[in-house]
Amino acid sequence: MSSNVNSVQNVIKVALGLCVICSIMISSAAVLLKPRQTANQLLDRNKNVLIAAGMFNPDVDTNADVEARFSEFNARMVDLQEGRFLTEEEMQSLGVDPQSYDQQSAKNDPEMSINLTGDQDVASIRRRANYATVYTLTNDSGEIESIVLPVNGYGLWGIMYGFLALESDGSTVRGIGFYDHQETPGLGGEISNPDWQAQWVGKEVYGDNGNVNFRVVKGGGSGDNEIDALSGATLTSRGVENMVQFWLGENGFGPFLENEIQG
Amino acid sequence: MSATKTILIKPIFMNNPIALQILGVCSALAVTTSLQVSLVMCMALTAVTAFSNLFISMIRNHIPSSIRIIIQMTIIASLVILVDQILKAYAFEISKQLSVFVGLIITNCIVMGRAEAFAMKNPPIPSFMDGIGNGLGYSVVLIVVGTIRELFGSGTLLGYTILPTVSDGGWYQPNGLMLLAPSAFFIIGFFIWVLRNKHEEQVEDNEFEMMPHTTETGAH
Repeated sequence: MSSNVNSVQNVIKVALGLCVICSIMISSAAVLLKPRQTANQLLDRNKNVLIAAGMFNPDVDTNADVEARFSEFNARMVDLQEGRFLTEEEMQSLGVDPQSYDQQSAKNDPEMSINLTGDQDVASIRRRANYATVYTLTNDSGEIESIVLPVNGYGLWGIMYGFLALESDGSTVRGIGFYDHQETPGLGGEISNPDWQAQWVGKEVYGDNGNVNFRVVKGGGSGDNEIDALSGATLTSRGVENMVQFWLGENGFGPFLENEIQG
Repeated sequence: MSATKTILIKPIFMNNPIALQILGVCSALAVTTSLQVSLVMCMALTAVTAFSNLFISMIRNHIPSSIRIIIQMTIIASLVILVDQILKAYAFEISKQLSVFVGLIITNCIVMGRAEAFAMKNPPIPSFMDGIGNGLGYSVVLIVVGTIRELFGSGTLLGYTILPTVSDGGWYQPNGLMLLAPSAFFIIGFFIWVLRNKHEEQVEDNEFEMMPHTTETGAH
């Protein structure tokens, strides 16, 4: 070709042209595929509510089962500050509803969240939304059989988002599921391994004195309030412990569980 | 064989990117614990290599040599992001399992190696074929490793039980090593051994001669 391929003008021309073409290609793909990706994320989130509640076995069940089973849950909103369910009127006046409420974006809205001070912020999440959507399962006589709480906390690389399901006593763990995290695949990423999650079932979160007494320990975790830590993932394991500590403590769902579930 | 066919077939066994060029081994260790994930990775890598070769070859006469690596990188990275987006939209579960490894196709030596070694000097169609061929060569190794690891590590193939494991009431005691990355090293090693036994011209010359054993005093 021409001899000016290596000229400064050509370098700039080619570089700019390539950047424009590539960015148009990527952004149009991102925009076009967004709806499907969001739907997938929502499905995955709902699936983890089911996994936490022990109603979904990834080996047997398929995505088609998720929707039907998820509809068995009652989505209700909780006021974390006052530790109780929100009534219909309160939800209307706040302009929120349990299905569409987004705790993550509420966390960044000063009207809807509080700042956590250093010693309150056990799970390193900096701010906490004032309201949360929880999912309850009721039996035929209308009593709450199980409750699924959204939990999150900082692991090694980022915030881990998951669900923790408790039995009707508000202390016995029914299961756990994580739907979004950035932990190292194969090490901390094993928090989504069903085998590791299986040992949560039946553990007690609260000690005899009513305080959170839950540990992620190395080598064993045979006690009623202990989980075996993940090997090679000390910080992730610690993050999981802190997450439980925070969300079931006095700044998380602690007061709510005491008032509405355990009572 | 026609030239195009040679370009397509040769990288599969004769000039295999993993077995002979020893490129792209890292992802071959990481994603081969199950066959299904391996297959998706193969498709993703083949698509990226083929199209990056095609596009780079199309503009090869306009690429200033001072920024050619950056241009190759930009094209490869865009394609990888595209593949990642498509997987997130149409194969969410697998994209979660592949997690960072899709993004790491960018750093897979095969893609850049073929762009630099082949696409910069050849016309678009042969470059595209070369990309497909090298993708297939990578795939052959990944499929072999993935099959062995999934079969002996968890007793299943593509999720279907072949060897019922003890924990499910069967007779097969799964080999835990197969689920760990080092087993892929061993399997790739055996693969290279078998391949070089068959095609002796692939055996490399010794880089240096070992001295014969000596018992002379003062030699130690």
